[in-house]
Amino acid sequence: MTAVDTPTEVLARAREQVLDNGVGLSQTDILTVLQLPDEHLEELLALAHEVRLRWCGPEVEVEGIISLKTGGCPEDCHFCSQSGQFTSPVRTAWLDVPSLVEAAKQTAKTGATEFCIVAAVRGPDKRLMAQVAEGVKAIKDAVDINVACSLGMLTQAQVDELVAIGVHRYNHNLETARSHFDQVVTTHSWEERWETLRMVAAAGMEVCCGGIIGMGETVEQRAEFAAQLAELAPDEVPMNFLNPRPGTPFGDLPVLEGSEALKTIAAFRLAMPHTILRFAGGRELTLGDLGARQGMLGGINAVIVGNYLTTLGRPAESDIDLLTELRMPIKALSATL
Amino acid sequence: MQDGEAAATGFDPMAVVFCGQCGELLAAGDHLACQQRAELEPPRYCPQCARRMVVQVDPVGWHARCSRHGQYASD
Ligand code: SF4
Repeated sequence: MTAVDTPTEVLARAREQVLDNGVGLSQTDILTVLQLPDEHLEELLALAHEVRLRWCGPEVEVEGIISLKTGGCPEDCHFCSQSGQFTSPVRTAWLDVPSLVEAAKQTAKTGATEFCIVAAVRGPDKRLMAQVAEGVKAIKDAVDINVACSLGMLTQAQVDELVAIGVHRYNHNLETARSHFDQVVTTHSWEERWETLRMVAAAGMEVCCGGIIGMGETVEQRAEFAAQLAELAPDEVPMNFLNPRPGTPFGDLPVLEGSEALKTIAAFRLAMPHTILRFAGGRELTLGDLGARQGMLGGINAVIVGNYLTTLGRPAESDIDLLTELRMPIKALSATL
Repeated sequence: MQDGEAAATGFDPMAVVFCGQCGELLAAGDHLACQQRAELEPPRYCPQCARRMVVQVDPVGWHARCSRHGQYASD
């Protein structure tokens, strides 16, 4: 990319490099894509969709998530209503194992193949690990679904334990670009998160790592973040858009413009042509129904259906109906094993 | 509970005094923003006493428990 590249030139290069050869764009080219004028948005989304179809296929991976332990987290992630450091109205709650199994059943009924158990912690203690082990076993005994976990930063022994109990994917978001991280979190570092991800990958679990767009980062930092994720090469990248939470330091940040969100989706797809790129939290607010459709036709190939951890999502049926209408089959469990 | 979401068993709708979203008196202000927010948020405050509730969201709904007035749930 040079200063003289026009939008048409950069899209032509993306077509050759990413669509034809499956090689993700460089950070410089990602930035150019993110800075494309809005009149090129449709063309950009169409290219990202082609890339997704070519390298990932038409299937959509459907997932449900549940909060096993809500609120009272000692960390200070400035976007998070579950931090115990802010005056958020969210109170601490623990889910029991029967309720966890019920949530997995509800998720499986939508056709989902993934069920992610999430806890608001810096990292799991013995009590949480025991609850997770019991819960994963109970789910596996009762429901045909892949179980993923998101329990914060792990030790090597905890990584090994999760592998042993059959957790197939681990979510741990880097959240934002390395250069912006200290504006978002001060109680731990980007590098500590990276270390957990490295251990998870080395242990053979699938890696799920993404972040939140719209936390005051520059467009340059969005490109940096995409390049850093591409370097990590996660199996899945969940894309969240900031839903400003009352009582948190980011509670008054503006909601991201829909066109910005869509450009970011397409740019992340062009940075990571082979990854599972998942629509996650905040899309209802940022994109609405029309934007959700554009995103599905602009590089996304996975969704979280139903509610989130502390907020409500679109009804699962709305997303499933949309996939039917778009003729995008839900990925079958057999295809994920 | 101003968000039309649901009520505890035996819950008297006439007892709704506080906004489930902001915890303020329903009679004080129009709570339009709260009503909009309720589409994507479970209630956090007891509609009868405005205590903060323990809320559990699940894939298809939510449960909320007030230490004084008991359990509420989505439909
Ligand atoms: S570590 Fe997780 S739960 Fe805790 S404050 Fe950060 S984002 Fe929230």
